[in-house]
Amino acid sequence: MIQTIAFYLFAALVVLSAVCVITARNPVHSVLWLIMAFFNGAGLMVLVGAEFIAMLLVIVYVGAVAVLFLFVVMMLDIDFAELRAGFVKNFPLGLLIALVLLAELVLGIGAWRMGGLDLGTPAGTAAPALGASNTAALGAVLYRDYLFLFEAAGLILLVAMVGAIVLTHREGRAPRGQQNISRQNARRPQDATAMRQPKVGEGIEL
Amino acid sequence: MTSFFQTKLHLTYEWSWALATVVGVLLIALPLMLAVAMIIYADRKIWAAMALRRGPNVVGPFGLLQSFADGLKVFLQETIVPSASNKGIFLIAPIVTFTVALLAWAVVPFGPGAVLADIDVGLLYILAISSLGVYGVVMSGWASNSKYPFFSAMRAAAQMISYEVSIGFILICVVLWAGTFNLNGIIAAQRDHIFGINGFVVNPLLFPLWVMFLISSMAETARAPFDLTEAESELVAGYQTEYSSMSFALFWLGEYANVLLMCTLNAVLFWGGWLPPVDWAPLYDFLFTEGLTAIFWLFAKILFFFFIFSWVKATVPRYRYDQLMRLGWKVFLPLSLFFVVLVSGWLMVTRYGA
Repeated sequence: MIQTIAFYLFAALVVLSAVCVITARNPVHSVLWLIMAFFNGAGLMVLVGAEFIAMLLVIVYVGAVAVLFLFVVMMLDIDFAELRAGFVKNFPLGLLIALVLLAELVLGIGAWRMGGLDLGTPAGTAAPALGASNTAALGAVLYRDYLFLFEAAGLILLVAMVGAIVLTHREGRAPRGQQNISRQNARRPQDATAMRQPKVGEGIEL
Repeated sequence: MTSFFQTKLHLTYEWSWALATVVGVLLIALPLMLAVAMIIYADRKIWAAMALRRGPNVVGPFGLLQSFADGLKVFLQETIVPSASNKGIFLIAPIVTFTVALLAWAVVPFGPGAVLADIDVGLLYILAISSLGVYGVVMSGWASNSKYPFFSAMRAAAQMISYEVSIGFILICVVLWAGTFNLNGIIAAQRDHIFGINGFVVNPLLFPLWVMFLISSMAETARAPFDLTEAESELVAGYQTEYSSMSFALFWLGEYANVLLMCTLNAVLFWGGWLPPVDWAPLYDFLFTEGLTAIFWLFAKILFFFFIFSWVKATVPRYRYDQLMRLGWKVFLPLSLFFVVLVSGWLMVTRYGA
């Protein structure tokens, strides 16, 4: 009963906020609705017992990615009329992307209906006990069966990160606003100040 | 408590569970509100004592009722919504801050069995919820449609993301050592850690991490010396500038509830939570029952850490923004990453026998 109520609540809110993401006039509102959709998606995952994935979804998407979205969108100076002007021109492209997504969904669900993925059954003493903690089961699969894929994904992400830094890093820019902290800390009053006792009427030489 | 409702009120399991959860939420949230009111008073008193002032001393005995007087005052004031603001988000922002500050307490263990939601991924839940805290600040800063709150929101977003990274790595080290994400499991792993002392903090590999965690938790809650989001000399009052009455009070309450949560996390993750400092049998059960003793030890540790927070606030000057970023990205991030490698390497050699 409570599970049913929770499921329909989360599901309805996901759909509602997803619709609002596209229909909201203000991009900041769109991002906030997107966050709402993420959050309720995490709720749905908790309901199916994937609490580890749910928490990761909130930490990664809501906690980091969406904050950066919001960060960028908030600082944009947006002309709303201009945004709407491209609608007709970009409509075929959008339709194409929607069709591709639809085809992927149909293929995915179709393949799933044909039978589950054959991931192999756990065997031996070190096999992950199904029904054990989510984290342990996931870790066992990730680090035993798919170790290479996992590490390859990590390398790809590293390359992407290095690429982003290379693209944005500008060599030879004047080092404005930079400081040498250890030099600052090593500085003593006697290095920076001098005590002078000038006679009355005479100035001092600097 | 679920079985209590089941037998006494003859409800089904589901409804007695729901009732028990609601009662549990109230049992945590209402005392927490009281604690926040008193901790604001304590903060002001400690701060005053360090500045050789008296602090609040007029309302009630020793000024004990000062926070309640303030609460009543803001409650009776008018809520002003700036005409140029984005009204919906402007009003939701303080609610978000306040709610998120309360949410994380669901997984905090107050005693051996005294935890509202004893979930497997407790620590990840806390990390997830504390990463939501930034939204209240960012939304209020943007919705106020005013320059200083907006600057403050930008600062808050950058600051909280930066320090969450290093906090994440520090938590990974603790989880590696404890072998679980469950907070009660982490506390259990700290019993009799070294020389009969309860707590990871006596471990030479984990002590530096605790120091980093303490500093990062100050930055994460935007407490002095990292309170750049509300630096009054630069940004008026930061993201709260346009807020008044109860919406302002909600920010205030949420902020202090977050500070208390970070103190609790320090206690739970590194100082043994509800365990007594030393693993000595009489210390587990000297206050009527075992549960009350556990709560006593946890509260003592929370108050100790809150004193450190107040002490730092009273004595350390505010960081400059580039110094803050440097500390987060160039000092804490490499150090905590190094410690992840060190701790996992040590555990590979000693525990898992590589």
